[in-house]
Amino acid sequence: MAKEKSVPEQAQEPEVYQPAPGDFQVVGADVDSREAIARPSLSFWKDAMHRLFRNRAAVICLIALGLIILGAIIFPMLSPYAYSDQHVSHTNAGFMFRDPGDGHLHVFGTDGLGRDMWVRVWQGARASLFIAFAAVSINLIVGMIYGGISGYFGGMVDNIMMRFVEVVNGIPYLMLVILLMMVVPRGMASLIIAYGLVGWTGMARLVRGQIVALKEQEFVVAAEAMGATPARIIRSHLLPNTLSVIIVNITLAIPSVIFSEAFLSFVGIGLPPPMPSWGVLANEGQKVFQMYPSQIIVPSIFICITMLAFNLLGDALRDSFDPKLRR
Amino acid sequence: MAKYVLKRVLYAVLTILFLIAITFVMMQLLPGSPFVGDKAVDPLVLEALNAKYGLDKPIYEQFVRYMANVLQGDLGTDLQTKRPIVQTIMESFPYSFELGLRALIFAAIMGVLLGVVAAVKHGTKWDTITMLIALIGISVPSFIMGALLQYFLGLKLFQWTGVRIFPIMGWNTEASKLLPSFALSFGSLASISRIMRTSMMDVMSSDYIKTAKAKGLGRAKIVVKHAVRNAILPVVTLLGPQAAALLTGAFVVENIFSIPGMGRYFVIGVQSNNYPMIAGTTLFYGAFLVVANLVVDLLYGVIDPRVKLTGGKE
Repeated sequence: MAKEKSVPEQAQEPEVYQPAPGDFQVVGADVDSREAIARPSLSFWKDAMHRLFRNRAAVICLIALGLIILGAIIFPMLSPYAYSDQHVSHTNAGFMFRDPGDGHLHVFGTDGLGRDMWVRVWQGARASLFIAFAAVSINLIVGMIYGGISGYFGGMVDNIMMRFVEVVNGIPYLMLVILLMMVVPRGMASLIIAYGLVGWTGMARLVRGQIVALKEQEFVVAAEAMGATPARIIRSHLLPNTLSVIIVNITLAIPSVIFSEAFLSFVGIGLPPPMPSWGVLANEGQKVFQMYPSQIIVPSIFICITMLAFNLLGDALRDSFDPKLRR
Repeated sequence: MAKYVLKRVLYAVLTILFLIAITFVMMQLLPGSPFVGDKAVDPLVLEALNAKYGLDKPIYEQFVRYMANVLQGDLGTDLQTKRPIVQTIMESFPYSFELGLRALIFAAIMGVLLGVVAAVKHGTKWDTITMLIALIGISVPSFIMGALLQYFLGLKLFQWTGVRIFPIMGWNTEASKLLPSFALSFGSLASISRIMRTSMMDVMSSDYIKTAKAKGLGRAKIVVKHAVRNAILPVVTLLGPQAAALLTGAFVVENIFSIPGMGRYFVIGVQSNNYPMIAGTTLFYGAFLVVANLVVDLLYGVIDPRVKLTGGKE
């Protein structure tokens, strides 16, 4: 009905066109142009990366994170001081303080015990980033196995496993981490294990959801028909297909671990002294912020930039993995 | 509907039992005995003390006892002050509750507002500005926000202007409550506004909004009466997790601003290895959150007519 309406009613009879013999000719099939590839064939990953690198914000974040990681590796090695060396003659020095004795420069000044803030910030970056990556890796492994099994087998197994996740999820994970940290000795390994043991539920849920959606598809049926074992199907058919979602999730989980680590250090059950992490530094700075604000502002800026960069990168990755946004 | 309610209540009960079990296991794993101090204790005395407090019983019996105590509201005794922990909680909880409530209300109202503005003005500079605020909000932890606010608005503003607008710490005047509440709410505000924006953009492109437009309704009316009501539903589900985030955030914010709330006692307990205090406050917090989540879940069933409809059909 809509179609009829759209045709305008013509009052006059239009002139009827009479085709002449030379008006049309058969073009024929030009094999070359028909078979030519309009644009290079891109794999899913190439396409996603291509779109990621076209996103200016994402590139800036990548560069910023790269610089921070590079700095964390290099600067503590280059510095003449260790992160725990005390310079009692000039405590709480300001920015760009030059040591009158040996002429070394304290770029970010020194803290209340005369320790060089520049080295401590970069050493802190090492600790914070290492804890974040390690804890997220544990979450990833546990979550993938748990979610993979639960999603693939479904039914009763799925039901019980997911109910357990729901119960664990009902308690804020930071409280569980604090409880765990009470019974293990303080230290980096304990932090990683405590967070790793508690933080996997989100990943497990995510993986399970993906697998439930994927497992009915033909390629899984084909693999089953060819006699692949469940472990093989999960490992080499299902999990690779969930990888894009997992990568986005990892990128967004890292800032959350950095935050948790900073939070625990801030509360006072993070790394034991004199080891610095960004949270430890912020905690130490907070105690003297009225006199020496730079001691809290510097680590705060590092925490914020890193978290911001990971968050922005996660958003950008999500966009670039989304085939709907493909142009 | 009844089935839905029953299921949620069952989960809540299970979660609380799980939490009690965890705190019990934690207390068991801790080294040392409560009766061994600096002085040497006669083994016979120790045995008698253990027998008196039931510590010689098998572990499952101790667990049942512990569970019974907790369920009757006995959370143990503070190691330092020797006062019942319930008493400390009852005194300090109102402060934390007020702080959390202020932060939650502020975060919800501002978050929804920012999200709506961003979605309605999608693609304009308003969208960019509000989403920038949201991005900063999720990237700046509450303890950094609190410390920075304390420094710039509490200390520097006073030094520059000579007028004390925001006190640095305390929880007695109305003005002193502003900074901590804001510092605490910023992260939640950001997540709420992000969710609200996505959900609002979804709703704004749906058919019934087109119908409303075609009817000739004004833009303001469409947004307020038609779109926001539906778009706000995902925000309600977010309130439960956000309550948890606010609660853990309150640990540090209360410390930074010296508010005598529960979070402060919790952190002091953590720092002084006051285990009964940690276990007691954790249990209370956990139970509180589980109940809060339950209320949010049930509320969701009430305000979303679709949930009720499917429940009624069953």
